[in-house]
Amino acid sequence: MSTSTAYAAHTGLAAARATGLNKVYGEGDTRVVALDNVSVSFGQGEFTAIMGPSGSGKSTLMHCMAGLDTVSSGSATIGDTELVGLKDKQLTKLRRDKIGFIFQAFNLLPTLTALENITLPMDIAGRKVDKPWLDRVVETVGLSGRLSHRPAQLSGGQQQRVACARALASKPEIIFADEPTGNLDSRSGAEILSFLRNSVRELGQTVVMVTHDPVAASYADRVVFLADGRIVDELANPTADSVLDRMRRFDAKGRTS
Amino acid sequence: MYRTALRNVLAHKGRLLMTALAVMLGTAFVAGTLVFSDTMGQAMSNSFSKSYSDVSVQVSDHRVGNLNHNDGAQTPDQKKRETLNDATLKDLTALPGVERARGVVYAFTGVADKKGNLVGEAWSARGANFVPDGSGQDPRYPIAQGRGPKTAGEVALNQQAADKTGYHVGDKIRVAGNGAAEDVTLVGVFTTDDPQVTSGGTLVLMDTATAQQRMLEPGRYSSIVLTAKPGTSESALLDAVRAKLPADSVSLETGQQLKDDQAKMVADSVKGTKTMLLVFAGISLFVGIFIIVNTFTMLIAQRLKELALLRAVGAGRAQVTKSVLVEALLIGVLSSAAGLLAGVGIGAGMQSLIHSMNEGMPTGSLVIAPVTVVTTVIVGIVVTVLSALFPAIRASRIPPVAAMSAGDLPSTQRGLVIRNAIGAVIAGGGIALILAGAFGKGAGARAMLEIGAPFTLIGVFVLLPLLSRPVVALVGPLLGKVFGTPGKLARLNAVRNPRRTASTAAALTIGLTLVTALTVIGSSVTTTVTKMVSGSMNADYVVSMANGHELSRDLPGLIAKANGVTAVSPVANVMWTVDGEDRAVTGLDAAAFDQLVKIDLNSGSTGALKQGQILVNDEYAAKHNVAQGSTVKIEVAEGKTADVTVGGVFQRNDSLSPIIAANALIDQYEPDAYVNEIMVKGANGPSAELKQSIKDATGRNPVIEVLTEKDMVDQFSRIITTALNIMYGLLGMAVIVAVLGVINTLAMSVFERKREIGMLRAIGLDRRGIKRMVRLESVVISVFGALVGVGLGVFLAWAATRVLSSDLKGLTTVIPYGSVLLFLALAALVGIVAALWPARRASRMDILSSIKTD
Repeated sequence: MSTSTAYAAHTGLAAARATGLNKVYGEGDTRVVALDNVSVSFGQGEFTAIMGPSGSGKSTLMHCMAGLDTVSSGSATIGDTELVGLKDKQLTKLRRDKIGFIFQAFNLLPTLTALENITLPMDIAGRKVDKPWLDRVVETVGLSGRLSHRPAQLSGGQQQRVACARALASKPEIIFADEPTGNLDSRSGAEILSFLRNSVRELGQTVVMVTHDPVAASYADRVVFLADGRIVDELANPTADSVLDRMRRFDAKGRTS
Repeated sequence: MYRTALRNVLAHKGRLLMTALAVMLGTAFVAGTLVFSDTMGQAMSNSFSKSYSDVSVQVSDHRVGNLNHNDGAQTPDQKKRETLNDATLKDLTALPGVERARGVVYAFTGVADKKGNLVGEAWSARGANFVPDGSGQDPRYPIAQGRGPKTAGEVALNQQAADKTGYHVGDKIRVAGNGAAEDVTLVGVFTTDDPQVTSGGTLVLMDTATAQQRMLEPGRYSSIVLTAKPGTSESALLDAVRAKLPADSVSLETGQQLKDDQAKMVADSVKGTKTMLLVFAGISLFVGIFIIVNTFTMLIAQRLKELALLRAVGAGRAQVTKSVLVEALLIGVLSSAAGLLAGVGIGAGMQSLIHSMNEGMPTGSLVIAPVTVVTTVIVGIVVTVLSALFPAIRASRIPPVAAMSAGDLPSTQRGLVIRNAIGAVIAGGGIALILAGAFGKGAGARAMLEIGAPFTLIGVFVLLPLLSRPVVALVGPLLGKVFGTPGKLARLNAVRNPRRTASTAAALTIGLTLVTALTVIGSSVTTTVTKMVSGSMNADYVVSMANGHELSRDLPGLIAKANGVTAVSPVANVMWTVDGEDRAVTGLDAAAFDQLVKIDLNSGSTGALKQGQILVNDEYAAKHNVAQGSTVKIEVAEGKTADVTVGGVFQRNDSLSPIIAANALIDQYEPDAYVNEIMVKGANGPSAELKQSIKDATGRNPVIEVLTEKDMVDQFSRIITTALNIMYGLLGMAVIVAVLGVINTLAMSVFERKREIGMLRAIGLDRRGIKRMVRLESVVISVFGALVGVGLGVFLAWAATRVLSSDLKGLTTVIPYGSVLLFLALAALVGIVAALWPARRASRMDILSSIKTD
């Protein structure tokens, strides 16, 4: 664990950064503030978990920083690219070239084989696949024997591993994972989480994961807590217990206030 | 349950739109056809009956013939008719109960416009006699300007023709009957309500003597029209006339009969058009069925959980089925009502369109018969509900537990094994029948083709899901290479749900099958006729009347004297009874025969014609067991037979009758044989000079056509082209419905694949890529449907031409590859157009709400 923080500390660079981010939905009576002046940065080679009760704005934060959603005000950067003000086309290109995604519902194309799903972002970009890297990724996620299978022939855990491989294969600057274990049983979930952690440690990948599961969060190097659209706390080197403790305090606070 | 159904219809308004449109278009076509034909029929009957208002009894001469009949070659017993002459007219005028009797001369007469071309169509160019009363007026033809014609050099012209040509009273105009043209003075312009004239025809009036001389023969009438005195009934007058004239020598009709006949004729002609239009309306509706089935299948798949929930809370299977059917019923009612309204609009539009193209066409108020309303609505409802039946039954089979299961939309890909087996049996049987027909002979072959074709079509439709994979695989690699990932995804999406792809493509398959089959048959026939005509003639020009009427007898002599002409022969057509059967016989001048006609002789020589012998073709010879030197007994007139020797046997040639005789021989028995063509050979082949000199020789008659082989072929192919164009136009309706189907399927697919599209956008496929993916899927489906249709169409056309070749010797299948490629290109275009809206929708989809799990 110390190596990865050291790695981040060593480079000192942020893979993604949000400054004074605001996101407001609706107007008047229906006005909802989803993100309230959020500033946060995700270091390179760091595995960060974003936690918070539902409605805290954790998914919105991720969507805004990943260029999937627009912000009301503030700034969001990936590497040194400012996302705010980019046109749809530029955002699409940015997502394609610099960001990897892992979704809760796997989101694989049922018509493509596992391998085709993995190389899909590169195919879309018209980039050549880095074969040794691909082999390494496939081996790491343990899919070697199943590359020609279609998603329907794979278990949920296997499908999510395909999704992970897809996110990693194009060597993005940052991977955003949205509740990646939400649809999985605990064993498959643990596999995916270990795999994400390994990709950070061994491959130097940057991963940001939104979750509401303390156990999942404990795999991360750092946990950022969100409540009511604000960052309220963060933990370094979390354990499941320490995260759970922190969460309980939210609940207590929520009940009292 | 009914409330559920209603709510569902309202909730899925957008998704049911295409279905409703498809039903609406089909029913509008039906309603439009019915309204139009009823309206047209009534307007035409009204205007025809008006022109018979002063006719109580009409006595017509068979020999001259009713104008609606073409006076072609005549059988011997047609020749002994009494003619109607001044004496007859006098006798009839003297009959008690006759108020007026009018001797009518009415026959073809053409008018040349200022450029020398025939005004209007030859079939509606007429001449008649002007019969002035004491004051110099003819009540039938009120003079608007000038006066009525009095002498041979004077004519009057109907108002519309005068307006159209710009002729004024005092102008010299050129008129022509069957002989040479004459220049005469226009002395009057008259009006008439004769529908044959008002609907774009020309009518030239002459004084009676001149009319008789030009169109008949002096002293003769084509008909006598009697007007009864008040108090005398038409039938009483008819009896009186019949007593005076032998019934079998002339035809007698009362005014009422004439009106009835006209009404019947109008009804028949409108009925033919109506039936044809209804067939095409039926095709559109049939295409619509595929859309309806598709829509309900997809809606039920999307509502699986909802329906399972209904079952879980206690709804019975029958109730689920019923709720879907009620939904269909609602759509059926609404869309057929809309279709009915649109149809009335179409009917009105078609009437004014026809009126604007031809001002003389009678018009009238729209006729919306109750049967139109009932038929349209019932057809719309039955089609919709029946189409929804299978999806509805399938919906009832959803187990209640499906409500509980989580996750994605189910991929209910039932096996296609049974379907394929059924399809293979039907298609196999159909194809076997067609092949048997194609290689068979006689009437049985045609029947086998007619039965086999629908079976093959249905079988192929059933097999379409099976065919979709291999056919799409054919174009697949190309898509991936040219269009990258979107192309590849499009191909995969297109075969993802073979049933859906198939029923979407089927709509186009139907249209393309028919279009291709018609086109191939058309081009085969045209090509064959071209070859046939080219092969049968040595003559450079054929002279004929534009109206197909008989040519004047002095024309061959006039043409023979023309500059550059080396050989001329009238082509006589007579009917002789040979061995008890009426047989068409072609007559040519023996001396010019070899220079004009090209035939291949199996035996004998053409010189035999000069000896008064005849030539017969090989088929006739085989059938009647005759050969060179045989004698055949010919009944040339009633009770008069002649023994004629067969001088040779020639190979069948479809531009000649099975029996050829010399004109000299024919003249012996039938001096006034029917001649509608004159063949001409020039010294130096066809040339503009030769054509001009023939025209000059025939008095520059606007009605006489001087055509080369090529002109005749062009004329023929124009007819085929026109017929094909009408078919294309009507099938266009079915194609529009098919486009709706493609739009429908794509819209539903886009909706179902929302998450995938969201994910693709998230991982970096831009909007253009998404659009391209949807568009290409659409193109793949359309081209798939078109390819199968083209293949099927060519196959059917091949079989049809083989069967037809027994009627038209030398008919071979000619595939116009250019047209076929054009059809495929158009199908691809259809795909692109159909994808416009769904692709746009897909590309505009919000990424976040798309990838959200529900």
